[in-house]
Amino acid sequence: MSEDAVIEAKGLTKIYGKAVAVDHISFSVGRGEIFGLLGPNGAGKTTTILMMLGLTDISSGEVSVLGFDPAREPLSVKRRVGYLPDTVGFYDALTVADNLRYTARLIGFRHAEREKRIADALRRVELLEFADKRVATFSRGMRQRLGLAEILMKGAQIAILDEPTSGLDPHATAELLGIIRGFKAEGVSVLLSSHLLERVQSVCDRVALFSNGKIALMGTVPELGRQILGGGYVLDIEAEGAGLAERLALIPGVTGVEKTGIGKLRLQAERDVRPEAAAEVVAMQGRLKFLGLQEPSLDAIYTRYFESKPDEAIEEGARHAA
Amino acid sequence: MRREGSAFQGLGVVMLKELSDNLTSGRMVVMEWLVVLIAICVVYTGIQQIRELSAEDPFLLLRLFTRSAEGVPNLVYVLSYFVPLVSIGLGFDLVNSERNQRTLSRILAQPIYRDALLFGKFLAGLVTLSVMLLALWLMVIGLGILLLGIPPGAEEVARAVVMLGVTIVYAGVWLAVALLFSIVFRSAATAALVALGLWLFLTFLWPMLAPYLAIPFISDSISSSSDLLSQLGILQAFSRVSPGALYAEIVGVLLDPAVRSTQQPLLASLGLALVQPGSIPGAPLPLMQSLLIVWPQTVSMIAGVIVLFVIGYVVFQRQEVRA
Repeated sequence: MSEDAVIEAKGLTKIYGKAVAVDHISFSVGRGEIFGLLGPNGAGKTTTILMMLGLTDISSGEVSVLGFDPAREPLSVKRRVGYLPDTVGFYDALTVADNLRYTARLIGFRHAEREKRIADALRRVELLEFADKRVATFSRGMRQRLGLAEILMKGAQIAILDEPTSGLDPHATAELLGIIRGFKAEGVSVLLSSHLLERVQSVCDRVALFSNGKIALMGTVPELGRQILGGGYVLDIEAEGAGLAERLALIPGVTGVEKTGIGKLRLQAERDVRPEAAAEVVAMQGRLKFLGLQEPSLDAIYTRYFESKPDEAIEEGARHAA
Repeated sequence: MRREGSAFQGLGVVMLKELSDNLTSGRMVVMEWLVVLIAICVVYTGIQQIRELSAEDPFLLLRLFTRSAEGVPNLVYVLSYFVPLVSIGLGFDLVNSERNQRTLSRILAQPIYRDALLFGKFLAGLVTLSVMLLALWLMVIGLGILLLGIPPGAEEVARAVVMLGVTIVYAGVWLAVALLFSIVFRSAATAALVALGLWLFLTFLWPMLAPYLAIPFISDSISSSSDLLSQLGILQAFSRVSPGALYAEIVGVLLDPAVRSTQQPLLASLGLALVQPGSIPGAPLPLMQSLLIVWPQTVSMIAGVIVLFVIGYVVFQRQEVRA
């Protein structure tokens, strides 16, 4: 896509026996971008990730990670990429710090640097106080955080996270998403996979929706929303003032106004009419309390997409079953 | 297509970690106690026997390994059971525990190859077993010297050292078996059971089966002593499928300088003695000659370790990382 891409996949395919797990997918992830691989379980997300890490053979197609080919130069790739597997595990008999020390030795950090990196990473994920505790007592959320600490310690340029939020309570999820946003702030690219669409919607810059080993849709969430949900912007307005609905309906581009409650209006528009709507309300001396553009929900996009193309889904399913 | 970098990158790190896991595990404590108890029992009962022997026996120390009292097994016999069990105990969960703890994909995502992980685990197991066997060996020899009061000769010590080496190879065979099963079976319990099952089969059932399997290859008429020897050879060839039989053959020759052939015990059990032209029966052989006799068996055992490890290696390389 651009020279700034850190991951570029072209026609990536994985075949297990007769089943096609990943079917000619192409995508690219830019530097500092959070890219989501979304889709139901078994859609080929984890296989795609393993191919990018050189942990499973590529049947055909190619992928380049930071300019390296994972099939031929797996060590160079794995030195620069952090990976948090689906339900990450640690050695229960070892302490938190010892688990990270083992990884740090495998990476090849020298003693002084190792200890500094481990302490820094544990501090970032707020596990420093547990450094000398055994991992055996850790909850799932703490293990996930420790997994992120490992990626931080590694100083990875790309973080690949497989289902990082599955099985976590809302609080742990929020914490985890906060750390993931921290990656982006440091210029680390993040590629995360999830089957929980709405949870990751908030952090992803761009998403690719997987279905039966193919990328069905790719782009930013609002883009996909317009593309799939039939275009149009939906504005929610909360304002007080007489005759507001009628006035707002006159704004060019507005196709419909609907009362959704006392002092609450919903506008359908062909374009983003927030500035005009705000100006109208103010011009009428109305009291503007809220004005927001409705973000399309990934769930809705996903459901709508497969409602509109049932043939494709069925055909795909039949081919896999064969 | 060449892979970049060395297959052994990270080998030392994996090995040290596995070694420290082995040495600090609860299993190790149990095994240490077993070693101490075995050494004390074997030496104590052995000494009772040896006191009855003439003090002029030039290989008094070696008798400590091979003499057995009434109903009490000797050290070699104990080792032939102890070593496989300990090896299987150390190796049955080497790879599948990484899968079950879900650490495998995380570790393999670090800049190492799978080779380093497997080699490191195997080497760490072998070092652990070597340390344990060395401790047992030193205890037996030390207690023996103390209780017998006779310093061992150079030849005796050399034979005992070679015997230690062979025992470590024997341990390697069973460690490789356990490692292979830990790769093939996802459940550690299954791997342990299958490895123990194989051990039981080869140790107890195979010696019973082997003569029957050999029958089609044995002619009915025995007209000369060379016929007899060749037929014994066929019998032995079948029994050698069991690493325990190989080990017994090697150690039998190594620890008794008077033994001139691995067939000698078999002949003795038939009431026959092996007389080679120009040799004095019962006269001790030099160490090199004893070694030459059992060299094929020793090489077979080493080859067994390598073949088993390679099978495990190939299976591991082809396995998918994901659970």
